[in-house]
Amino acid sequence: MSAVIDVRHLTKAFDGRKVVDDFSIRVEGGRIHGFLGPNGSGKTTTIRMLCGLLTPDAGEGTCLDFDIRTQTAEIKKHVGYMTQKFSLYEDLSISENLDFIARIYAVPRRKEVVAKTLERLGLATRRQQLAGSLSGGWKQRLALAACLLHEPKLLLLDEPTAGVDPKARRDFWENIHQLASEGMTVLVSTHYMDEAEQCHELVYMAYGRKVVEGTAGEVVDRSGLDIWEVSGSDLPELSRELRQLSEVEMVVPFGLTLHVSGRNHDALEKALAPFRQRSDLTLHRIKPGLEDVFISLMDKSVDNFG
Amino acid sequence: MSHRFSLARVRAVLIKEFIQVRRDRLTFAMMIGVPLLQLLLFGYAINSDPKQLPTAVVCADPGPFARSMVSALENSAYFEVTHKPASEDEGDRLLALGEVQFLLVIPSGFDRSLQRGERPNVLLAADATDPSATGNALSVISTLGRQSINRELSGPLASLKTSEDPFEVRVQRRYNPEGLTSYNIVPGLMGVILTMTMIMMTALSVTREREKGTMENLLATPARPLEVMVGKIIPYVVIGYVQVGVILVAAKVLFQVPMLGSLALLAGAAGLFIVACLAVGFTFSTLAKSQLQAMQMTMFFFLPNILLSGFMFPFRGMPEWAQYVGSVFPLTHFLRIVRGILLKDNTMYEVLPHVWPILAFVLVASSLALKRYKMTLD
Repeated sequence: MSAVIDVRHLTKAFDGRKVVDDFSIRVEGGRIHGFLGPNGSGKTTTIRMLCGLLTPDAGEGTCLDFDIRTQTAEIKKHVGYMTQKFSLYEDLSISENLDFIARIYAVPRRKEVVAKTLERLGLATRRQQLAGSLSGGWKQRLALAACLLHEPKLLLLDEPTAGVDPKARRDFWENIHQLASEGMTVLVSTHYMDEAEQCHELVYMAYGRKVVEGTAGEVVDRSGLDIWEVSGSDLPELSRELRQLSEVEMVVPFGLTLHVSGRNHDALEKALAPFRQRSDLTLHRIKPGLEDVFISLMDKSVDNFG
Repeated sequence: MSHRFSLARVRAVLIKEFIQVRRDRLTFAMMIGVPLLQLLLFGYAINSDPKQLPTAVVCADPGPFARSMVSALENSAYFEVTHKPASEDEGDRLLALGEVQFLLVIPSGFDRSLQRGERPNVLLAADATDPSATGNALSVISTLGRQSINRELSGPLASLKTSEDPFEVRVQRRYNPEGLTSYNIVPGLMGVILTMTMIMMTALSVTREREKGTMENLLATPARPLEVMVGKIIPYVVIGYVQVGVILVAAKVLFQVPMLGSLALLAGAAGLFIVACLAVGFTFSTLAKSQLQAMQMTMFFFLPNILLSGFMFPFRGMPEWAQYVGSVFPLTHFLRIVRGILLKDNTMYEVLPHVWPILAFVLVASSLALKRYKMTLD
C-alpha cells in the first residue's frame, strides 16, 4: 500500500532563510501523525507545501498519490486543511460558513451534508450564531466541520487546539480518533504533550530539519535520557547548584519539582549522590516523558543551529 | 501624582509612531508622492484657459475676405483649424463625435454681401457640453473677425470700415445653450463616483480576506482565481448600477440635465466602465498588503483620474503629454460617452471610438490582476 503522504527532501526558503530544510516524511493511511517542534521550526510551512499552498524550492513527493508540485488542484479537492488562525468568515453565521465551503467544494446533496456535519460536531443549536461571536473552542469545532464537509481522505491540522480549553481539546481529540478509526489519515501539529502521546506516530522538527521520528515510546527510548525528579524548598537556588555539575545536561522546572537529566546513567547518579544525602531534598529516578525528551531536543538543536 | 501630563510618555508614543511610519514604506511614499503628483499636475498639466481648440471650418466662399477670416482664426491662440469638411452636415458630425470643439460656417456669397455692406452672417457652433472649455474662445471670436476684415478693407472699400461689425457672428452653444456647468458636472460625476467606489470596494474586499486570514482558507480550496474574481466582482457590478440609477434620477430631478440619448446604450457603456474599475481594484488588492494600503493606492489612482480626465478641467487645455496620460484612464473616455449620450444624443456610432480604449484597459488590467492573484502563498 502506498503512503498517503510521501515527500522527500522538501526545502523552502523565505528571503534566503531556509525555513524547511531537506525534510522527508511518510504517513500511512488511517494513522494520526503528530507534528512537533518549537515555534518557527517550519511545521506550518511544511503543511502548506503538502496541501499545495506553497511550492517547495526543492524536493518532491506525493500527497494522496498526487504530485505536490504539479497536481495541487487535485490535492486541494481531497485534503481538509485547518489553518492555525481561524480563517472562516466572522461576519457569517456557522451555517452560512459551512454552506459557503460546501458550495466551493461542490459537495453533492449540500444541505443534507451540512445538516449532518452540524449535528455531528454539536453545532446544530448554534447554527445561526455569527462565527465572530464564538469562543475559541467553538471556532475550532466550526473550522473542523468546514474541513470535513467534502469528505477528505487526509486532514492537515495546524495547531488546531492552540488557545482552546482542556475540555474542548479532549472533545476535539475524541473526534480525531473517531475519524481515524473510520480510515481518515491525520497530520496534526501541536505543542501539547498529552496530545502528542495520543498520536500513532510523531515527527519532531527543529529549525527546518527533522530531528527524530517514531512512536512516543520509541522516541523516549531512543533519547537515552536519564531523569531524576528533585523536590525541595528553594528550587531556584537548587537549580543553580545542579547546573554547575558537568554530568547534568539540563535542569528543567516541572511544576513544583525539577527534572534533572543526563545521558550517563552512572555518572549522573554519582554526581547527585551528595544531594540525596540532604534532608531538605527528595530525589528519585523517573521514567522520562515526552516533554523531557522534547525539551532536551530543543536545547540541543539551539546548540546545533542557533 | 503619577497622572500628571508626562512628557516621557509623549516621547514614548512619539518614538513608537516614528518607527511605525518608517516601517510602512507605502504610507511614507504616499506622503511624499501625493504632494509631488499634485504639484506636477496642477503646475504643468492643468490649464483652465484652453487654447488651440480643434475647429472645423466649412468655407463655402473662396473669396479673400473669407480666406482672411480663416487665417485670422488660425493665427489666433484659441482656434486651430483641424478639419475642413465639405458640408455643414459633415461639420455637425465632427462636433457630435467630439472631434472638434468648434464649427465655423462661412456661407456662400459672404464676400459679396460683405462688400455690399449687408452684414452677412457667419455661424460659429460650439460644443458647449463643457462651458469652461469654450467660454474664452467665444469671447474673442467677434473682435477677431472684425479686426481681420478691417485690415482687408482698404482703398475704395474703406468706407465699410466702421466701428460696427461688417458681418455678424452667430454663436450657437450646442448641447448646452445656457452654458450650465451642472450639465457638464453632473453626468461627469457618474464616472467619478463609480471610479472611487468601485475601485475601493474591490480593492478592500480582497485585502480584507488577506488581512483576516480567510484568504489562506480560500486558497486551500479548489476555487480558481478567475472564479474568485468573477464571484467577487458581480455584487459590485450590481452596486455600481444602483449608483448609476441614483445619479441619473438626481440629475433629472434636481438638476434637469437633459437626457437625449439611449439609456440602454448608457447602461451598456456603464457596465463596461464598472468592469474596468473593478479590474483596477482587483489589481490593487493583489498588490496591497493591508486594507489601508489598498485605500492609499485607490487615492493615488483617483487623483490623476479626476484631474486629467476632463472632469474638473478642460481636457483640451492640457499639454499633449498630459492628454496622452489622461487618455489611458477609462474615466476620460467614459466621461465623453456619458456626456455624449445625455447631452448630444450620441448613438452607437459616436460612442464606439471611446469604447475601444476602455476595453483595452479592461483587458490589460484584468490580465494583470489574474497574473498577480496567486493560487499559493509564495
